Amino acid sequence: MQLLVIQRILGLLLMIFSSTLLPPVFIGLYYGDGATAPFIEAFGLTIAFGLLLWLPVRNQKKELRLRDGFLVVVLFWTVLGIFGGLPIYLSGIYGISVTDAVFESMSGLTTTGATVISGIDTMPHALLFYRQELQWLGGMGIIVLAVAVLPMLGIGGMQLFRAETPGPVKDNKLTPRITETAKALWYIYLGLTISCGLAYWLAGMSLFDAVAHAFSTIAIGGFSTHDASIGYFDNTAIELIAVVFMLLSGANFAIHFAAITHRTLKPYKRDAEFRTYIWVLLIVSIITIGYLQFTKTFSSTTESIVEGLFQVVSIGTTTGFTTAEYYSWPGFLPVLLLYVSFIGGCSGSTGGGIKVIRILLLVKQGVRELKRLVHPNAQIVVKIGKKPLPEKVIEAVWGFFAAYFAISALMILLLMASGLDQDTSFSAVAACLNNLGPGLGDVSQNYASINDFAKWVLVLAMLLGRLEIFTLLVLFTPTFWRK
Amino acid sequence: MNIIILGAGQVGSTVATELAREESNEITVIDINQTILSDLQDRLDLRTICGNASYPNMLEAAGADDADMLIALTNSDEINMVACQIASTIFHTPTKIARIRSVEYLRHPGLFAPESIPVDFMISPESLVTEYLHHLIEHPSALQVLDFADGMVQLVAVKAYDNGPLVGHALKAMKQHVPGVEMRVAAIFREGQSISPSADCVIEADDEVFFLAARKHIPTVIAEMRKLDKPVKRVMLAGGGNIGGQLAALLEKDYQVKVIEANPARARQLSGMLDSTIVLLGDAADPDLLLEENIESMDVFCALTNDDEANILSSMLAKRMGAKKVMSLINRSAYVDLVESGLIDIAISPHQVTIGALLAHIRRGDVVAVHALRRGSAEAIEAIAHGDKNSSRVVGRSIDQIKLPAGTTIGAIVRDKKEGKKEGKKPEKKVIIAHHDTVIESEDHVILFLTDKKKITDVEKLFQVGLTYF
Repeated sequence: MQLLVIQRILGLLLMIFSSTLLPPVFIGLYYGDGATAPFIEAFGLTIAFGLLLWLPVRNQKKELRLRDGFLVVVLFWTVLGIFGGLPIYLSGIYGISVTDAVFESMSGLTTTGATVISGIDTMPHALLFYRQELQWLGGMGIIVLAVAVLPMLGIGGMQLFRAETPGPVKDNKLTPRITETAKALWYIYLGLTISCGLAYWLAGMSLFDAVAHAFSTIAIGGFSTHDASIGYFDNTAIELIAVVFMLLSGANFAIHFAAITHRTLKPYKRDAEFRTYIWVLLIVSIITIGYLQFTKTFSSTTESIVEGLFQVVSIGTTTGFTTAEYYSWPGFLPVLLLYVSFIGGCSGSTGGGIKVIRILLLVKQGVRELKRLVHPNAQIVVKIGKKPLPEKVIEAVWGFFAAYFAISALMILLLMASGLDQDTSFSAVAACLNNLGPGLGDVSQNYASINDFAKWVLVLAMLLGRLEIFTLLVLFTPTFWRK
Repeated sequence: MNIIILGAGQVGSTVATELAREESNEITVIDINQTILSDLQDRLDLRTICGNASYPNMLEAAGADDADMLIALTNSDEINMVACQIASTIFHTPTKIARIRSVEYLRHPGLFAPESIPVDFMISPESLVTEYLHHLIEHPSALQVLDFADGMVQLVAVKAYDNGPLVGHALKAMKQHVPGVEMRVAAIFREGQSISPSADCVIEADDEVFFLAARKHIPTVIAEMRKLDKPVKRVMLAGGGNIGGQLAALLEKDYQVKVIEANPARARQLSGMLDSTIVLLGDAADPDLLLEENIESMDVFCALTNDDEANILSSMLAKRMGAKKVMSLINRSAYVDLVESGLIDIAISPHQVTIGALLAHIRRGDVVAVHALRRGSAEAIEAIAHGDKNSSRVVGRSIDQIKLPAGTTIGAIVRDKKEGKKEGKKPEKKVIIAHHDTVIESEDHVILFLTDKKKITDVEKLFQVGLTYF
């Protein structure tokens, strides 16, 4: 472990992050509705702390090793989650506590979108913008951004990159150089955000709302500038635009890259994960819309289709925007949607959950076991899109799956022990671990009413979900710390 | 530069490592073995693709469309050739380099033309290593001998000993010691650290001195640094593979050569190929065999098998049994440092030799030759200066005026003799050993020495001609 090198990079990253506290200041000044002072204070504190970390060890320029990468990523997300809550806490809005400020900031960074604040509509613009910005930064991964702009990270950057990007196979780079790959990802991300913002604006949102919602849509976040989320606009066009962009952001960015560089849609058709992702959402949409029709929840068919589709895509991709009170939908629908959020987005996307490719692999592995029962001597390889996958990947996916459910079970028990009911506990853990946002029961609208202990457990859940469990969990193993 | 490397074997991996270290290169490696690739991917910032290197779809996946260069280094000559052909036909890759090992292919140079098999440059590691060894046997006192300008100028590394007349004196004393011999010390390495060779610099025993001089002056200069070893007469080669066979064929005219080969079939084949060489069937690490063949009177013993460990052990044994000088081929660079301080006199890394040859094609600017020195930590470059005083940063300037990056020295210049340029005759060249006031002219071959490889891009830029030239 090269603690000094880690400290240096941590300091640098914090100093870079501090600059993201400045745009809200300008927004605040422009709208003139206050809350600029907390951002300036937070900026000062963050950059000072970063300098304090960096200055004593600024000459420690060694390559990061694999282990250091894990530690840097986890530390950085933790520190950032805490420092990100600073301006929210300093603003003192609605008498917010430390726990709530950290919860809100972590929920933003991990693109969960769970909030403890109600009365969002009347908040100062600076704070509103800041929440959206947090999501946007967390979406593609702030470390990926750092790798793109700081060539100094070198090969060490690759270790960080890997620890942060989601998915079971992390070796397929878009370009040979990691910096170029990170840049390409951010260009796509930026491009999607701009097109999404424009589309929202043209569909009738105000410029501020359009930008703010573009941030949280492309990041698969789910924060909104209104208590009623996208439902506030009550506009079918906006909802459909959101559906399209959520679908795009939930897909693997490597496919976008291939499609853009070769100017063809073939990569989408060829990619097994993308096809599965679309099929899953399509089938669940049909079931949902059918059941909504069957139970006559909405008065018109069009409404059922739009609301059903929007809610399935929003929750299936783990965005967490709401238009209707989905938690009060009849029968099995709310739980079905939560289950879909476990599948989540594609690998290499901004979405959360277990990731489509892992589910696909698990299903294929299951089918293989069945085949083996019938043909005990058969040699069967698990293939994704005609390419056989190494057994190592499949083993890793099984391990991940088991850990995911073990952790969610443990957390549900913890929440129940703290006094929450079963509905609330299950849905809160699912919503936070999958980086979804809204849950059921007491947390269907916001998380304000649950106790502090539960909030801290959920903060951990969000972080675990964003860093795909193992990156964080590995720090708790003795092997990691052994020399 | 966007480079595709085919084959991640020993040479492929080393080349990838070297090239990925330079910021400006984007490297993609194709190999059929996923394990090696994963290992590369973990260590280096490059992209890897698993599959058959010569298949068009693999090349396409590796980005052959915008690749500037294809380096085919798989262990099959045929795959390398086909890959170059495909890259040329389908992807129009500008530069294609292939490793061709079989002498059979190399015998027909017309084969590799744009209209037949479009290989722009061929790399034959075995021939390169053979040539390298040949030089060392010619100059038994040197650690490394490198050719520049078709062998007119040589760069020689030599270890200074107490018995050399110059040792203990400043470099400027050289002129009084041997008047008329022009040489330039390019660098001195003392205990692994490079020190800049000013005129007042005093040479100490055990210094590793790199100097440039015209070919004919080399022995005189070496004699200043240490007592000259007696010329080599008897050579024993352990291992009769490609390198052993080629080297024996090259040496047998001037030296008494013995080759030890363990494989009976290969031994028989060798004895058919070679005339005066004695081919011995047996194990090079067998003390009885070595004793029988008078190891104690051998001037040079070279261990040339494919196996690093066997090479190291057999050459240590030979040294202990009385061979005057032992050399060993060692592929793993970690071993090279280990053994050179011990019983083995010279360790040769075939990769470094190969890479030097490859690098010459990869460097920008008009670079003719690149040699890796001290196992890749330093580099010697031969570059051609083009343009005039306005377009070039070197032409028309004296060496004092050129802004050389730190740790870089200009050692020598090779210039066409103006009066020698007669019709039909090959222009004669002369060697100018660089002084601070030497003015560089257009088309000069400039030989530079870099102690810090990181400065390589700066040197490349120096020799790139400004846009006004075109």
